[in-house]
Amino acid sequence: MKKKRTIDKRVWSLISLVMCLIIWQLISISSAGAVFASPERTLMAFISMAQDGTIWVHIGYSLFRVLAGFALGLIAAIPVAFLMGWYKIAQYLLEPVVQFVRTIPPIAYIPLVIVALGVDESSKVMVIFIATFLVMVITIYQGVKSVDSTLVKAAKVLGAGDKDIFFHVVVPASFPFVLTAIRLGLSAGLTTLIASELTGASKGLGTMIQEASMYFRMDVVIMGIVVIGIIGLLLNKIVHLLERWLTGWQETHQAT
Amino acid sequence: MAGNASGNVIVKIDHVEKIYQGRAGNVTALNGVDLEIKENEFVSVVGPSGCGKSTLLNIIAGLEEPTGGKVYVKGKEVVGTGKERGVIFQQYALFPWLTVKKNVKFGLKLQGIQEPKLSEIAEKYIHLVGLEEFSESYPKELSGGMKQRVAIARAYAVNPQILLMDEPFGALDAQTRTQLQTELLNTWEQERKTCFFITHDVEEAIILAQKVVIMSARPGRVKEIIPVNIPYPRTQETKMTKEFLDLKVKIWGLVYREFLEVRK
Repeated sequence: MKKKRTIDKRVWSLISLVMCLIIWQLISISSAGAVFASPERTLMAFISMAQDGTIWVHIGYSLFRVLAGFALGLIAAIPVAFLMGWYKIAQYLLEPVVQFVRTIPPIAYIPLVIVALGVDESSKVMVIFIATFLVMVITIYQGVKSVDSTLVKAAKVLGAGDKDIFFHVVVPASFPFVLTAIRLGLSAGLTTLIASELTGASKGLGTMIQEASMYFRMDVVIMGIVVIGIIGLLLNKIVHLLERWLTGWQETHQAT
Repeated sequence: MAGNASGNVIVKIDHVEKIYQGRAGNVTALNGVDLEIKENEFVSVVGPSGCGKSTLLNIIAGLEEPTGGKVYVKGKEVVGTGKERGVIFQQYALFPWLTVKKNVKFGLKLQGIQEPKLSEIAEKYIHLVGLEEFSESYPKELSGGMKQRVAIARAYAVNPQILLMDEPFGALDAQTRTQLQTELLNTWEQERKTCFFITHDVEEAIILAQKVVIMSARPGRVKEIIPVNIPYPRTQETKMTKEFLDLKVKIWGLVYREFLEVRK
């Protein structure tokens, strides 16, 4: 009779969700209800926008911007990070630049991007690209730098040359960092999304929230916020599955 | 056939010196080390920590360069690593993203060996260390002792002429340690592959080797070479014989004196 009665983690998640809904409901019936639309009204807003299809258009535009900016960021970050980690000259030249630009919040360079690229899709993708690229380049670079030197030595004594060490030791050893970078990059992309949609978009979740707030459609505002949260959660889940599938060999697999 | 290492000299260490330049000044790790290792010989090296044992091994392996003197392997000066010199590290150094079998294949692939020969050789050495059941496992699924067995199989697979071992059993518990000592003894008695074995465990140094090199404390230098004239095959019971115990007392005394030197 060793088996103790324990509550499943998923049950706890459910309890937590219900708790949030109750608190939300309580706030909405209080005097703050004018701003905080109730869960029911929020859901209704979602259903009506789902039926006329407008919400899907907003989600589609936003997802496209996040994923396009992120994909370009990843494609650029991988070679740059490996160059910085492998060649001292690249490190000395690029690291100060990356570290400097990284400290600037994306919102600060949005006006510059608008003037340079206009208000169409490219400016939004560009802002997300910059933000995700910087996060990912730093993470992958740190991974390349932290490759266990004993593994490099072990490869050398087994006859590996520089090229073998790079492709058969450094690349696989940094792979977990690439996945961490993907996770951080996606969340940075989502964070930057709203900021990028302030550059005058007609579609997108950020735009939808902004416009709804101007008409005081608080149900739509809250619905938009919740939808962004759910998208973030789903993206995170996908990366987590990828991590488990691709880097299950790691000694200590940290779940986040 | 105790200690009759009458073979040819395979490794000649000629007045090797290593000085590390640091911000706080220079540290002399090795100060004129001379040593010869003969073919098929098992040589152990003991000395207090910081005596430069590992530095010496890295120099023979070609992972570090001496600041003075030279190392010759089969008459050729050592420049960089070479497949005739296999190394086994204390931290196992298995590639965690590769299965046991792929780890063992790593060096073979670099030599351009193709399937099916590749698998054949890998399986032979996995069998030698008794890990057939685990050939498709990842290192994280193995215990420390099993990991070191894989590392030994990986080093043996490329068929080096000399095995350099840097405290290979140092991170293992006492029981696993004696077990791996026995396995290594058996393998050596069969194959007589030249071994250069670093340890801080005097007992381990004696039970395995034909000669024990005692290094002096910083700066590192060969202090004394003690032949071990105990015939093979040796077992763990050998550790109870009078010959063994006399040697242990003698060598331990020499090492302890060096240890006191370091403390001064």
